[in-house]
Amino acid sequence: MNLDALFLSLRLALCVSSLLLIIGMPLAYWLAYSSWRGKFLLESVVALPLVLPPTVLGFYALVAMGPHGPLGKLWIALFGHGLAFTFGGLILASVLYSFPFAVQPLVASFESVDRKLLDASAVLGAGRRRTFWRVILPLSLPGVVTAVVLSFAHTLGEFGVVLMVGGNLAGVTRTVSIDIYDRVQSLEYGEANRMALLLLVISFAVLSVVYAVNRRVWTPWAAK
Amino acid sequence: MDAVGSEVTPGVLAARVRKARRNGDAPFFLLDVSIEVPQGITILFGPSGAGKSTLLDCIAGLTRPEEGRIEIGGDVLFDSSRGIHLAAQKRRIAYVFQTLALFPHLSVEENVAYGLNNLQQEKRQERVGEILAAFRVEKLRKKKPGEISGGEKQRVALARSLVTEPSLLLLDEPLTGLDAELKAAIVDDLRAWNTAKRIPILYVTHSREEVDALGERVLAMENGHIVSAGAPMEVLDAPRRKKLAQAAGFENLLNGVVLDLRETDGVMRVRLEESACEIEVPLGYAVAGDRVKVAIRAGDILLAVERPIGLSARNIIEGRIVSLEQRGTLVITRVDCGTLFLVHVTPGAVRALGLAAERRVWLVLKTHSCHLVA
Repeated sequence: MNLDALFLSLRLALCVSSLLLIIGMPLAYWLAYSSWRGKFLLESVVALPLVLPPTVLGFYALVAMGPHGPLGKLWIALFGHGLAFTFGGLILASVLYSFPFAVQPLVASFESVDRKLLDASAVLGAGRRRTFWRVILPLSLPGVVTAVVLSFAHTLGEFGVVLMVGGNLAGVTRTVSIDIYDRVQSLEYGEANRMALLLLVISFAVLSVVYAVNRRVWTPWAAK
Repeated sequence: MDAVGSEVTPGVLAARVRKARRNGDAPFFLLDVSIEVPQGITILFGPSGAGKSTLLDCIAGLTRPEEGRIEIGGDVLFDSSRGIHLAAQKRRIAYVFQTLALFPHLSVEENVAYGLNNLQQEKRQERVGEILAAFRVEKLRKKKPGEISGGEKQRVALARSLVTEPSLLLLDEPLTGLDAELKAAIVDDLRAWNTAKRIPILYVTHSREEVDALGERVLAMENGHIVSAGAPMEVLDAPRRKKLAQAAGFENLLNGVVLDLRETDGVMRVRLEESACEIEVPLGYAVAGDRVKVAIRAGDILLAVERPIGLSARNIIEGRIVSLEQRGTLVITRVDCGTLFLVHVTPGAVRALGLAAERRVWLVLKTHSCHLVA
């Protein structure tokens, strides 16, 4: 079994889901509570990866990261090497691709927090920051878990974007899904099957976590 | 005035608030009030939709009025002319919502300590312990709000907002849904607490019983305006407006036309619409021919199974029982006298008099139980 590809995929998924959590929380907070009328535009942008073919997203990402693209130029100026066909480039493209999977559950769970609790927090002297950490975030925990798990699982299983931006470099950008594709192309069905089965099991386990959390199987304060 | 040591004497709340609300298709609503709330309990009474909660939100800083000025004992919280709008978290106002809004993921203790963030751990524990004792919920310290009863939640919500030593307490129907005994016990604890702290308390309710239980001062509000103010009896026993009369528990609101005034008797005669009934009501600002509304409590009407004689009550109306409907300890009796009257009697009276549908009865109304409303 090609464990290199598996570990690469897991590393990528971990990086992407943690990055998305960090970027996604302030953005989701803003989307949930801002009263700006043009908010729908940003919501549409966030949802774009849901409807675009991965190749379209991957294509633009590749162009932007290429040596003549704005991102590529910046990267070369900063680090001396290009971004396309590197692990860093893969992370960047994957973050874009999994964006809605992280942001949308966060927005939904922030919005579902009773507004009166936020009022109560303010009246008790807490500023926005404290209200977020002490009230909104703990009560949105199922949404946070969903966001992390979904973006992790989605990154783990992505194919098109990786192929466009990362190519197929062993140990650098060859993820599990690419590896499986390679095996099938070279008629190694047994090996392909083992990898595919592993991915299937991991995905099932991960989704079970999401649904269990949303059924409040573990949330301690749920009314019994 | 007695000494209060180093504590700052809490002051009077003075609020002048104007706020318009356009709510989709709902008609334009304008909140425009000017109130003063001294120390002690002041009740804000009115039908739902009168703007009571909006006013509280403005005072607490959760909503920004378009115009006005809000101050507590000289501290200005809001002043539209000077562009002052203090954030809710800086106002030192306690606000207990109708839904209570206890944090479901925090224990009772953590809920109560929430507003004491800037105190040291020891001091915080001490204050939390004190207030939990004052509201008799020490035993619930470690429980989550989901694990305690409705009355206990209300006590915890009060404790949580009062532990911060606020300069004003706003209560938005906090005791809805509790039985009378429990309500009275909580109110007693609140009163006991306030004899020591002496802050202004603004208590919103639309329940007549709560007004009677708490009653010191009442501000009656309707359609965004304060329509009357004073002692509960003055304000609510002779309501001058229809909606307020309904809210204050006047079950019978009848349209009528003034027939004549009898100044020497201190009464005027009113013919009730769609019937030949004529009743005497206290003299009011009206002339013959005016259309008026008469409000009568269902509990103020006597019911007789024979034509009564030798009574001081001037209004005796013949009618026929339409239906009887038992609600707890009272029976709501509908009587058709040409116009429909609601009369409250006890189940015992129903049995003793043999009241039943179609039975011929006489209603007896004291002149002073009939109130003119606009």
